[in-house]
Amino acid sequence: MFQGLPCRFEVESVRNDGCPNSKQTMQWLIANDDDAARPSTAQQRRRSSAERLWWTRVTNRNSFSVLVVVVASVMVMAANKPRSGSFSRNFGGASSSVPSIPGLKHGPNGTMLLSSGIPDLDKILGGGLALGSLVVVREDPEAPHHMLLLRNFMSQGLVHHQPLIYASPASDPRGFLGTLPSPMVSKDDKSRVHETEQEKGLRIAWQYKKYFGEQSSESHKDGKSEYCNDFDLRKPLERHFFSGKQIDCVSLKESADLGAFHERCSSFLSQANQNNGNITGGRIAIQSLCSPQCEYSNREWEMLSFVRSLKSVVRLSNAVAVVTFSPSLVSTTFSIRLQHLADTLVSVKAIPDEDKELAKLLTGYQDMVGLLSVHKVARFNTQVPAILETTTFSMKLQKRRSLVLECINQAPVDGATGSSYGSSGSCSGSSKTGSFDF
Amino acid sequence: MANALPSNLLDESLGGSSGGGRMILVEDCVETSGAFVVHHLLKRALNSHSSDAVVFLSFSHPLSHYDRVLRKMGCNLSVQRDNKRLLFLDMLALDHLDRNRGKTSEDILIALYGEIQKAVEISRSHEARHHITVVIDDVSLMEVDANGSSDLVLDFLRYCCSLTAQFGCSLIALNHGDVYSTVDQPNLLLQLEYLADIVIKIEPLATGLAKDVHGQLTVTNRNLRVDSGKSRSRIHNFQFRIKDNSVEYFYPGSKT
Repeated sequence: MFQGLPCRFEVESVRNDGCPNSKQTMQWLIANDDDAARPSTAQQRRRSSAERLWWTRVTNRNSFSVLVVVVASVMVMAANKPRSGSFSRNFGGASSSVPSIPGLKHGPNGTMLLSSGIPDLDKILGGGLALGSLVVVREDPEAPHHMLLLRNFMSQGLVHHQPLIYASPASDPRGFLGTLPSPMVSKDDKSRVHETEQEKGLRIAWQYKKYFGEQSSESHKDGKSEYCNDFDLRKPLERHFFSGKQIDCVSLKESADLGAFHERCSSFLSQANQNNGNITGGRIAIQSLCSPQCEYSNREWEMLSFVRSLKSVVRLSNAVAVVTFSPSLVSTTFSIRLQHLADTLVSVKAIPDEDKELAKLLTGYQDMVGLLSVHKVARFNTQVPAILETTTFSMKLQKRRSLVLECINQAPVDGATGSSYGSSGSCSGSSKTGSFDF
Repeated sequence: MANALPSNLLDESLGGSSGGGRMILVEDCVETSGAFVVHHLLKRALNSHSSDAVVFLSFSHPLSHYDRVLRKMGCNLSVQRDNKRLLFLDMLALDHLDRNRGKTSEDILIALYGEIQKAVEISRSHEARHHITVVIDDVSLMEVDANGSSDLVLDFLRYCCSLTAQFGCSLIALNHGDVYSTVDQPNLLLQLEYLADIVIKIEPLATGLAKDVHGQLTVTNRNLRVDSGKSRSRIHNFQFRIKDNSVEYFYPGSKT
């Protein structure tokens, strides 16, 4: 964050009752010119650096208190105002050149991207979903979180007037369209930002957060034609978004084999491509491809062949296809072959309610509804793989309305009992904790 | 030919000369893709100092993707194609798929082999290319196209292997190791490993993702002829980091 800054400070974590117990050091590198003159002990450091830094003690509901060292000096903050390049590497800075097409934007290596409907997921995937890519979502049979992803994906397409074809094993897939969320009204966003600023105890800490917030708030200023909307899952999508658009619903249960469905997808894509010569980006959403209600579900090679041909037609078109499937319903070989076929691979997992071990392990456990892992990110026209900072994120419903994805934060470990780790507060993607496989 | 390129660990482990019919099998998995090895070998084969030719059978990406990737590495595929040094067979294109309507997979694979053999013969005799490389990306998608009959695919690959003996070509095939890991019986992967002279396995690091090291490579060079007449195999293991214009190979721990 604060790059190239030479000074160090120590932070202690203190229990609620005020006795310093386990020391858990977090070292922050913060800008400081006269490092050499700095006194050596922590105590002296604290006293003498009053004009430059403060500690704030923050207590959270999990009854651990964490001391956060914050550089509250506005001077230092202003001097180190994060360059947009270091935070939004893939966006090419705050979009100064607004693309002419509302639902699309330019991606790396000459690709075009469209939004997945979830702002956090777009950020994780480097801007959005690349046109021509196949996204595969591994479902968890115990929870319908993949539906959340599909709903946001489809709503975003309708808001941007992008043609959509939706297939599911239900007899009446049109019914699902009634559950699509509506974009959040913009004044809700502003009130959200204000609220956080008002939390008094965190004021200093949040001032620092404000600089992060500025990056994303720029995209909100664009008014109606935003690239990615925040969706309110409690409000259904208004009727006017459905009228007159190319929306097709297919029931997979009725088709005896996938050939007919593939024909429909091909014609849908060729129609979408011909849209007055402009690219609008089409969306194909296929839910639960391998569900046992469908006749073809025991013919694995046929399903693979379908996905393969779908991938090849999508690749040559300006659309994104999202296919969800449940690995537990098919053989492992099939599942791995399908995962190899995917350009972008994501899996969702349920989190058990009232799991005491998990509650101790993770902060914010009560708000989490599930976990989302990103295994592969589409890389067209380049051979360099996308290595993410972390691959597993927690899915939370903010105020039960909008889906946010957050890095998993491990709760501070009691130093007296054992293993210390230096990365509390950051995303620990590779820590192995018993049977939990993040 | 190797003199023109700076040698790296991968080239060294593959052995200096690219001549003589060899089959190289590249195995990767979902976590780490082995496409960069195919790009490297393709670039090596299309080295401008020699008059080698390449027949590229692509099941996974269109030519534009490879063109852009290799252009960053300093090799222009469109020019090579125009110079008749590269024959790109795009199996993704719709006309190849349409053939499925009338014909069985067997017919398609036979026809495909016919095309490759013809191309090799023409290159060899009429255009005096010394060495031809056949690259297949990738075998598991060929299986899907053949509707799951791995026997057909194996036959096809065996025929391509016979080209290496007959015409001295090299064959490079990419396959996915983890697809076959749960199948117990002798399967396609094992057969291919048996056929291959060199097996390159690409795996992720045991410790997980890292920005500096993208994975590890194990090169098993079989059937090396030693002076005493016996054959042995050598195994090389090192790690790699992929960049846009090249790939760095280094021994574990020696990354600077």
